[in-house]
Formats: sequence, C-alpha cells, structure tokens
Amino acid sequence: MPLLEIKGLHATIGEREILKGIDLTVNAGEVHAIMGPNGSGKSTLAQVLAGRDLYAVTGGQVTYDGKDLLAMAPEDRAREGIFLAFQYPVEIPGVSNQYFLKAALNTQRKHRELPELDAMDFLDLIRGKIELMEMESSLLNRAVNAGFSGGEKKRNEIFQMAVLEPRLAILDETDSGLDIDALKLVAHGVNSLRGPERSMIVVTHYQRLLDYIVPDFVHVLAEGRIVKSGGKELALELERSGYAGLGIEDAEEAVGKV
Amino acid sequence: MSESTNTIETFANREYKWGFVTDIESDAIPRGLNEGVIGLISAKKREPEWMLEWRLKAYRHWLTMTEPTWANIHYPPIDYQDIIYYAAPKSKKDGPKSLDEVDPELLRTYEKLGIPLQERAILAGVAVDAVFDSVSVATTFKAKLMDMGVIFGSFSEAVREHPDLVKQYLGSVVPSSDNFFAALNSAVFSDGSFCYVPKGVRCPMELSTYFRINAKDTGQFERTLIVADEGAFVSYLEGCTAPMRDTNQLHAAVVELVALDNAQIKYSTVQNWYPGDKDGKGGIYNFVTKRGACRGVNSKISWTQVETGSSITWKYPSCLLMGDNSVGEFYSVALANNYQQADTGTKMIHIGKNTTSTIVSKGISAGHGQNTYRGGVKILKSATGARNYSQCDSLLLGDKCGAHTFPYLEVRNTSSQVEHEASTSKIGEDQIFYCRQRGISTEDAVSMIVHGFCKEVFRELPMEFAVEAQKLLGVSLEGSVG
Repeated sequence: MPLLEIKGLHATIGEREILKGIDLTVNAGEVHAIMGPNGSGKSTLAQVLAGRDLYAVTGGQVTYDGKDLLAMAPEDRAREGIFLAFQYPVEIPGVSNQYFLKAALNTQRKHRELPELDAMDFLDLIRGKIELMEMESSLLNRAVNAGFSGGEKKRNEIFQMAVLEPRLAILDETDSGLDIDALKLVAHGVNSLRGPERSMIVVTHYQRLLDYIVPDFVHVLAEGRIVKSGGKELALELERSGYAGLGIEDAEEAVGKV
Repeated sequence: MSESTNTIETFANREYKWGFVTDIESDAIPRGLNEGVIGLISAKKREPEWMLEWRLKAYRHWLTMTEPTWANIHYPPIDYQDIIYYAAPKSKKDGPKSLDEVDPELLRTYEKLGIPLQERAILAGVAVDAVFDSVSVATTFKAKLMDMGVIFGSFSEAVREHPDLVKQYLGSVVPSSDNFFAALNSAVFSDGSFCYVPKGVRCPMELSTYFRINAKDTGQFERTLIVADEGAFVSYLEGCTAPMRDTNQLHAAVVELVALDNAQIKYSTVQNWYPGDKDGKGGIYNFVTKRGACRGVNSKISWTQVETGSSITWKYPSCLLMGDNSVGEFYSVALANNYQQADTGTKMIHIGKNTTSTIVSKGISAGHGQNTYRGGVKILKSATGARNYSQCDSLLLGDKCGAHTFPYLEVRNTSSQVEHEASTSKIGEDQIFYCRQRGISTEDAVSMIVHGFCKEVFRELPMEFAVEAQKLLGVSLEGSVG
C-alpha cells in the first residue's frame, strides 16, 4: 500500500481554480521532487496536503496511510506524521522556540500513546539534532522565528523536522533565499533523515537543490496539473532547456511579476 | 468564517465560573445617598466621631464634583440615588470573634471560590481577609502576624483599635477630594483591609484580601491602607469576584500605600469581577483609585495587576516617588473581551533624586472589547538623575476589538532618561496554522501565544496567584515561564 495516494485533486482559492486534477503516488522511503514555474500550483499542493483552510478542495481524493487525509484536521495530519517545512516560516513572538517544539513533540507523542517527555529528556533528545543542523543554542531560547534571518528560519524548519521525525515530509521551496553554504547545510540535514520509512515531497523551482537532495522521481507541474514525470534526469533536462523547452509558460513571468 | 477564528472566539467567550449567588440573609440599608445614610453606615461600624466627620467632609466635597468623562469608556449615566450603599450578611452577634463563629454558609462560599478560610488549609502560607459585600467576615493568621507586630485585618476594626495609625495615614496619599470616585468612596467606604508592618519587619507570609460582592443592587466601596515602616517588607494580594447579574453594579475602591525609608511594598491584584454577558449586559463598573507613596529613601512600591473582569475598568495604580533612589513599578495584563471596556495604566511621579520607574503594560483585546492604556510619567525639576522605562504592548484577537494607547510624558529635568516602547500585534491565521501543522490544537496555540505575550507580567505575581491568573487566561502552567 502506498503511503500517499492523490487522485484527481482539485483545489480553489476564492473563485480561482489552482489545482486542476493532480495524481501522485508516494511509497514509503521515496523522495519525490515537484518542480514547476511560478504560479503552477506547487505551494498550493503542499498547503492543501497540510490542511490549510485558505484553499477549498473541490474534487478528488487523498489517501494517507489508508486514511482519508482530506477529512482530517491539520493538527491530526501532523500527529499522524505529516510535516510541512514552510516556505515562509511564521514568527510567534513571546513563545520560545524550544518550548514550542517540546509542546509539538509531546502532543504528537501523546497521540501515538508514547509518554510525554519532560524538559530534561527533551534536551537529551535534541542535543544531537542541534549539532546536525549546526544550530546556535541561542536560537532555541529565542521566540519562534522572531528576528531570525532567512537562512536561520529554514534551518529551524529542518531542525524541527529532525526532532519530530515525520513519516511524510513536505519541503516547500526550502531552498529559496538560501546561499550555497546554507543550502548545503539544509540538504545535509534532510539527507540524514532519509530512510526506508520516511517519504519526502520536495517542492522547488530550481534544479540546484536537487544536486544535493537527489530525488527518486521528478514531476513537473504546470497550470495545476502534472505534465511530465520521470527520474532524476528529468530535473537535469529542465536545467538545460528550461520550462519553455517543455513548452511550459511561466504563469507569472508571462503576465509580468505581480 | 474559518475554524481558527471560531476557536479564538470560543476562547474569548468562556463562561464565568464565579457567578453563583450565596443565599444568605442580608442586612441592607435603603437605597440612596444623603448625610443620614452616611451617619447610618458610620453607626453600623461603631465609628468614632472623627471618622464620621471625615466622611461627611468628603461627601460635601463630592456634591460639588462632576463625574469625569476623559476616559475612553462609554456607559449610561449612573444613578447614585439608586444604589444601596451598605449590605452585610446578617449575623446574630456583632461579628465573629474567631473563625469558628463564621457563618458556615459564608465559609462554603469562600471554599467554592477556592479561598479556604481554615488556617490549616491549602493557602497555608497566605493570610486572608475575606470581605463580603460591605464587611470583613474573617481574617486568618491574625494572631500569628500580631506576634511579629504586623497588624492585618479589616479596616473597620482598625478604625476602632488603631485610630492613631489610621488618622495619620488615611487620605494622606489619596486625599478625599482627589477625584469624583475617590470622594464618593471616602464618604461611604464600607470595608477593606488595613495593614501595618513595623520597622525592620519582613512580613513572613503573603497577605491577601478576597473581595466578594453578593447582594443585588449594592455598591462595594472598599478602602485599603497599607503602611510599611522603615526597612519593612510586605507582599499583598487581592482577588475579587461577583455573581452574574443582568444589572450593572458599582465598585469604587481606594487603595493607599505608604513606604517609608528602605521599605518595600509589593501589591498584586487578580481582578475578576463579573464582566457582563457576551452581549455586554450586566457586569461590574470598576472605578478604582490606587496610589502608593514612596516617602522614604530607597523605598519601593511595585504594582502588578491582572485585570480580566468588570464590564468597565477605570484604574491607574500610581507611584509618588518622593524619597531619593525610590523605585516604582507597574506590571499589568488587561483583558477586554465581548463588550468589556478597560481604560487602565499608571502614573509615575518622580520627585526625589535618582528615582526610577518601570512600566510594563500588556493589553489583550478580543470580541468587541476596547482596551486603552493610559500612562503618565512626570519628572519634576527636583528629580535629578531620574529614569523611566515604559513598554506597552497590545494583542488583538479577532477583528472587531480595539487597542488604544495614550502615553503622557512630562519631563522637567534635563538629567533624566525616559524611554517608551510600544507594539501592537494580532494573533494571525498563519500563526495558528503553523502551530496546528506541528500538532498543536488551535486552543492550545492561542493559549500559548497569549501566555507568551503576558509572561513578563505573570513572572511578577506571587506563585499562588500566577497559577490563578494563568488559569484565568485559559493557559496551562507548564509554560515558557523562566
């Protein structure tokens, strides 16, 4: 049984239809890259899978681990092991990063009928992950993402992922705004989390990230549909000939940047 | 409307749990206010002649005053002749001599409110003075405190038993002519607490007064006076609740604090008067004058308040920093939800040299609530080297509420430093979604954010009250405190 099965997924925001029938199957342990020009619906797909209520699902089904994903509240999806690394991580002033992550981990552990961790156990657990992501410990005591640089925010997302150990990780343009050193660090974190029980959907505009996180499958999204799927070589082909080489228009570039 | 917004509203619309009425026979005087009524109140309290004279003088002055209108609050005119100015639970004797004589119905009431009046019970480290409508019904640990020379008990009793101390300090910080509501209070004040901590004594336990309004259509006019003599320290807390009624009730209190050389007073409030229902019907009108005088050198007065109740709050706990190097602090969380209106803040008057003051105000607005911070910092010419730091933050839940800030700064000494910081933020859908995506429910996310917003103030509360205050805001204790 696949971990995730998307069939004919349609989604709208307001009056506008963004996803126009997505089909995608992700098995345990696979890494799928979703590529596509701006406005193709990549981020919408990531957000819909996480349960963002800004979007209305107007058709199709999503089965996750045998369950109807679309019927689940966002927090239940998270507790069942779905993690979204945000393109724009949100700032939460006044709530310490460490406290936030401990609260998240404990609600997930509780859901899985595991004992909740106290402060000491939690610190033991995160120590190795801090090293993995080369996180400065001061970031843990600061408010969630508040005043973090772009790179620090993205690193913090992957750090959270390392602590929460999801079964399905969705990375939404995790490479955007990162310089090459930060990109390598983030990719290293992601790669160390790859395993036979963990699947990933990596959403990106650029091939560059896929040099470091090498996917098993690549899908090209355009105008709300997957127009081409292939192995990792498809990303390289895109790199050479661009989206235009596949006859795809960049929706935003076509009408000029909004 | 999205689900998150709904839950934010549910969070803001929690039921008032303290709204029950105690069925107890009440001894009340007729409605209305005149010199005869004041004489009656004074007689019921068996007051000496000088106290009655003081009341009458205040009353005559009050007649010449008009209700202030400068605050950012709106309410229909109050009919001062339609209020009952004195109500007391009827007892067979003059007043209970010991806890064993307190009416069991009253003990049950306080038990229900979580304020046990048995000295062996949960709040063993806290001495409690319980004020029910217009009278103090019990004070715990009196004898033990007296052994150290600490006088703590009802104000009425202090007038009879310690007239010299009362005469010396009453009205010395808030004169009876100070403002409309203070003058009214001075004329008709019922009961409250009196505390005197002698030279060099560190009060060994928290002192606390629990105010309960029970009778219908009555006003509560409490009067509290706390004096810390040279080198003394006292931490005092007050809590308040009232039944749910659909008519408004008036609460106009006066609190005076006096700190002499090297003395410290820490005054904490968790104000949870009935706020009215979700449509704004009923609730307490809370017009309170609180002021502390740092008379001595190196003295310190610290106000901490968590204001979650009342339909209207009009309250500015202030400090007169007279002694050189004296310190004034004000930490406040004020919540206005549904149709509540809060206009609250502080005044810090720097008179002595090197005086410092800190103001941290956190306003939370939800529903149709309107929350106003009004703060004054005044540095007089004499206050060489004075410093003030003010921080004033507002948090909005939903889009029908309001936050307003009116800081007044008046600096007459060029060697002083004054800093003011302010921020306004809103709990956003994106913050809630971020939390939910990590597995945290909307309700816990809102609690977490609100708690994070208030923690600088909660930190200032004594432990027992910090717990109470956090529960009040629907926040679990396990948190980012510390």
